[in-house]
Amino acid sequence: MLIRICICAALLIMVNVIRGIGLIGTEGTFGFVFYLALYVATYLVIGYDILVKAGKGIVNGRPFDECFLMAFATLGAFALAVIERNADYNEAIAVMLFYQIGELFQNYAVGRSRRNISDLMDIRPDYANIEKDGELEQVDPDNVEIGTVIVVKPGEKVPIDGVMVEGSSSLNTAALTGESVPRDVAEGDEIVSGCINLTGVLRIRTTRAFGESTVSKILELVENASSRKSRSEQFIAKFARVYTPAVVFSAIALAILPPVFRIIFASDGGAMWSVWVYRALTFLVISCPCALVVSIPLSFFAGIGGASHEGILIKGSNFLETLSQARTVVFDKTGTLTQGVFEVTAVHHATLDEHKLIEYAAAVECYSSHPISLSLQKAYGQAVDRSRVSDIEEISGHGVKGMVDGHEVAAGNLKLMRSLGLEVGECHSIGTIVHVAIDGQYCGHIVISDVVKPNSKAAISALKAAGIQKTVMLTGDAKRIADKVGSDLKVDEVHSELLPVDKVSQVEKLLSEKKNSKDALVFVGDGINDAPVLTRADIGIAMGAMGSDAAIEAADVVLMDDDPLKIAKALRISRKCIGIVYQNIAFALTVKFGCLILGALGITNMWAAIFADVGVMVLAVLNAIRALRVSKL
Amino acid sequence: MKKTYKIDVDCANCANLMEQAARKTAGVADASVNFMALKMTVDFEEGADEKKVMKDVFKACRKVEPDCEIDF
Repeated sequence: MLIRICICAALLIMVNVIRGIGLIGTEGTFGFVFYLALYVATYLVIGYDILVKAGKGIVNGRPFDECFLMAFATLGAFALAVIERNADYNEAIAVMLFYQIGELFQNYAVGRSRRNISDLMDIRPDYANIEKDGELEQVDPDNVEIGTVIVVKPGEKVPIDGVMVEGSSSLNTAALTGESVPRDVAEGDEIVSGCINLTGVLRIRTTRAFGESTVSKILELVENASSRKSRSEQFIAKFARVYTPAVVFSAIALAILPPVFRIIFASDGGAMWSVWVYRALTFLVISCPCALVVSIPLSFFAGIGGASHEGILIKGSNFLETLSQARTVVFDKTGTLTQGVFEVTAVHHATLDEHKLIEYAAAVECYSSHPISLSLQKAYGQAVDRSRVSDIEEISGHGVKGMVDGHEVAAGNLKLMRSLGLEVGECHSIGTIVHVAIDGQYCGHIVISDVVKPNSKAAISALKAAGIQKTVMLTGDAKRIADKVGSDLKVDEVHSELLPVDKVSQVEKLLSEKKNSKDALVFVGDGINDAPVLTRADIGIAMGAMGSDAAIEAADVVLMDDDPLKIAKALRISRKCIGIVYQNIAFALTVKFGCLILGALGITNMWAAIFADVGVMVLAVLNAIRALRVSKL
Repeated sequence: MKKTYKIDVDCANCANLMEQAARKTAGVADASVNFMALKMTVDFEEGADEKKVMKDVFKACRKVEPDCEIDF
């Protein structure tokens, strides 16, 4: 194609040079035929395939085919030049030339961005290593059965989900989560496919087939995302269907009506057919809707691709569009704004070293698997030597008593303390309180509560900064705890002590309160027990979805890691992407209609028309690519 | 039943036209063309013979865009 463009350009220059220096005059039949033959040859070099396609279009009964219109416009310009005998065939050839250059550039730009975006999402593993007779063998991950042990060397991608059976290493999860801090893994840990192994050799027993693994699921999701078309895309598709015929008919009208009027009304004689036919041909050149049609899906594709690189999976262009109109964000508390795990957050009134107090409490609770006990063990930081503990007695509804290192330790609630004859004040902190008494002496209490995620507060203010009008927190937790978390994070509304069904009705109430039907309501949950609410909201966002299929199924937008700051980021990405879409639509329409009007008035010519067509497309494509760059948003 | 096919097409408008052509083909309940991923997703009607329907879809697409390819 490039060669044809070069040959044509060279021929065009050559012919014009011959004419310019007057080697052969244009007068007379010989000169006329000579130049016509040369120009026709040049035209055919660049445009023969368009003519062939145009022919096929007619055979298939498609008069509004792009190629047909282009062929008709250029041949028309040729014919006009022949009729007027001015031998100015340059225009027809140049239009065809620029059209082809434009097509070439479009193919290049689209192909290039397609590659860019797929590179960005390139987390597909090519092979899996299986050990056979002491040697590693590379096999297609599709052929690895569940339960096989695969080996992942440093620098390789984990191809299939599984459990680590041997080794320890750190994993780079950036491709999945956008998070650059490596994650340490050891024997027994679950490994998610798509991570890159950084240091040690991993041996993983696969727990899923390749097709069911996280990496395949994500790829499938992102690749299918742009199949769900947004309203803008549907609008453009509809517009394109109407636009071309409309322009063609107005071109016909423009060619016929003004000259007829002139014949009837004008006194200065002459219908000026050629002028109006020329203007009509200019219309045909602008009639191709391609610039619009190509740039819109490209913008969405780039936006979705860029977001997935940041660990934000958006399941469709339509969701990206709705997300950009979000006005209300509703959060689930546990697991979304808070960690969802109980931790020791404070030790009060301790009469001995705080860590010592936790040690005694952990020791006496060491046989229990209650979450409170587990968080005490975690705060202690090492395994309790059970031989130090004896005579454990669990007092239901009160706590535990037992002997630790020869001391009598009691850990439990206020009632337990009172039954020991100790007068203890209520704690003002929010959470579960474990009072500890040693040898009948009160030694202080430990506060255990669900911890707010470090980024939650920043996330709420980032959402406010991004133009969210209302933030709401829904939780099944007690009112006291919910209100505290709500005011700490500066959430506008808090609804507590809700059953899952109540959450749905709360969301429905909020949906009915919307002022504008376009405003969208976003629900953010952890995706495990929030499925009904996720589906009910305009946009459901599930967090921490790495390895959780349920979340990926239920939500419209999936955040691969737990970071609530990503919500605001997703919002900004969607706004940027939609902004680009609107810019492209407005820009292309303005230029096209501007050119149509100027063309009808005879101010522009075919040159300007082809530049409008090709130039708009190139700029729109370049603009669309901007949607890919979202990492700094 | 839904199936996805690889396609090859140059221009975005042609992809839209292919989508329309595929939708109108007998035996197809719904069709969607993804120009960026170069994929066509076809939702077949109950009991339709996929191979045969895809042949018709391909024929219809060739009519609107002589250069297109569908891998089925």
